[in-house]
Amino acid sequence: MSVYGAQSTSDHLLELKNLTTRFYTEDGVVHAVSGVSYALEEGDTLGVVGESGCGKSVHALSVMRLIPIPPGKIEEGEVFFRGRDLLKLSDDEMRHVRGAQIAMVFQDPMTSLNPVLTVGFQIMEALKLHQGMSDEEARDRAGELLAMVGIPEAAQRLDDYPHQFSGGMRQRAMIAMALSCNPAILIADEPTTSLDVTIQAQIVELVKRLRDKLGMAIIWITHDLGVIAGLAQKVNVMYAGRIVERGTVKEIYGNPHHPYTVGLLGSLPHPNLDRDAKLFSIRGEPPDLVGISKGCPFAPRCDYAVERCLHETPPLEIAETEHLVACWEQERVERPQ
Amino acid sequence: MTAQREVILQVENLKKYFPIRRGVFQRHVGDVKAVDGVSFDVYRGETLGLVGESGCGKTTTGRTIIRLYEPTDGHVHFEGADLAATSGSNLRQMRRKMQMIFQDPYASLSPRMSVLGIVGEPLEVHRVASGKERKDRVAELLELVGLDPAFMNRYPHEFSGGQRQRIGLARSLALNPDLIICDEPISALDVSIQAQVVNLLEELQAKLGLTYMFIAHDLSMVRHISNRVAVMYLGKIVELTDRDALYSNPLHPYTQALLSAVPVPDPFIEEKRQRIILEGDLPSPANPPQGCNFNTRCPVAIDTCFEMEPEFIEVASGHSCACHLVKPKGPLVD
Repeated sequence: MSVYGAQSTSDHLLELKNLTTRFYTEDGVVHAVSGVSYALEEGDTLGVVGESGCGKSVHALSVMRLIPIPPGKIEEGEVFFRGRDLLKLSDDEMRHVRGAQIAMVFQDPMTSLNPVLTVGFQIMEALKLHQGMSDEEARDRAGELLAMVGIPEAAQRLDDYPHQFSGGMRQRAMIAMALSCNPAILIADEPTTSLDVTIQAQIVELVKRLRDKLGMAIIWITHDLGVIAGLAQKVNVMYAGRIVERGTVKEIYGNPHHPYTVGLLGSLPHPNLDRDAKLFSIRGEPPDLVGISKGCPFAPRCDYAVERCLHETPPLEIAETEHLVACWEQERVERPQ
Repeated sequence: MTAQREVILQVENLKKYFPIRRGVFQRHVGDVKAVDGVSFDVYRGETLGLVGESGCGKTTTGRTIIRLYEPTDGHVHFEGADLAATSGSNLRQMRRKMQMIFQDPYASLSPRMSVLGIVGEPLEVHRVASGKERKDRVAELLELVGLDPAFMNRYPHEFSGGQRQRIGLARSLALNPDLIICDEPISALDVSIQAQVVNLLEELQAKLGLTYMFIAHDLSMVRHISNRVAVMYLGKIVELTDRDALYSNPLHPYTQALLSAVPVPDPFIEEKRQRIILEGDLPSPANPPQGCNFNTRCPVAIDTCFEMEPEFIEVASGHSCACHLVKPKGPLVD
């Protein structure tokens, strides 16, 4: 695989090494993603959770090379997809990866579909571009895809415009479009956040079914810890542009080590919690990512912070098998139950 | 919490239709039946949760109660007087006792007013306090919601979402209201901040004896904060009961599906769960289906459901439901 001239390489489907993305704004340098490293295997489902501004979307956009440059800049790091560093590809080579091998679904299906083009046209576009299909072939395939994502009378609905679709149907159409070229990885960036809970359940069920059928790997980005619990095998918890904890879904929910993960899970109302019991709340606010901060980004809100946390950033280290934590004081953190 | 059982707010067959007008002459061609005959009571000191998906009319219900919208039909009795028939200065007097906090903390505060101006405005409008007295009261209110009174002269853009929601809450508390209608007060906030605001709402309720109507689409948070919960679908209440009864024994097929769609943040539970997945989308409230509203998506609908609208009846003590398939059982409280 070294034909692409990369010095280092990777055996994983996708591997991020020390990915660092910054935005140079008028207010200063925003450290959106700082040294994110992880690997994804074929067919895996990875959940990426965190609150707004934690870098979960920016890290995905960096992988897809969709960061607006300027003001953004991918400062450091490597993104290996099947051994090739995506950050070293030419724009033209990247176009053959994007959409064809790694596809993305965005949060708001109304703004990510073009309102003046029919849904069918937009699905056919990718098929013609990446798979060299004729108009007729592409139209047939687009109809099949819409049927696959559960849109009734799919062949007729190809001529509809996005505004004629409901929110849930638009997200289904986006998924159909993303899956049109059988990508190896589907990146879903808060795909159900703007949808109602019964429609969210439909979409999650659909994605699970398609994953089992098509075997693609999924990176599911969300702030909703509930969705991930039933969908992912592994979870990355992000805070202030860094991964603070990574592990299997059962480890993260059943045995969280990082004070932020513990706090986040504690702030959710659990079905067994008494009404009179208070929710655990993490004090303070998520940090401003402008300017360089020393030490652990969570230290100002952390009950366990010691002197060292204010000066040295903790690395993401193995706590237990397949469970990584970035915390100096993880031994002292009280875990639930 | 509901031991006294004094009814503070009684909503009776409340309707709010928005007219659809078409053509050059703006002919009235139909109505969006946003709220189509809802009735419920709110007891003093309790929190009534009002849940449903977008477009079900929960926000319109809240806004019509407080008369931000003129009701099309129905009555709203608040502390004995009919709000729907009140107007002018009487209405203004009643509004002092009833306040609202809104969903979007970015849109609901005027960017040109300082915190002092925003929180102090109701005090001036209702001629309760002015000058130094007003300033002192604002400082007191800010402390009550956990903000530093020194921030009084700052503007909304200098605050985060959670802090803005606290400012909105301070403003709603300015006139010592009895009832606060909370319209999705936490859905625009981050998870760790949501818990802060919910804890604050609960503290204030205990301290000031407030009654809340808590409108939300997040069922797990509603379960945490409410004493009783009403579930809305397409402009109607389909089920209303104590929160424990609702979550442990939901009767209406829509409530059952809604609860089963909520993801639980626990992979061990999620692994074993069987979901009821509803087909299709919410029908348009401009053209609701014949018979039961829910018949287009209901997994158990029978012929009657397409012919007759089900009545909203008490099927067990304190448990009301609108479904043909749910029959009253046990001793009924008349």
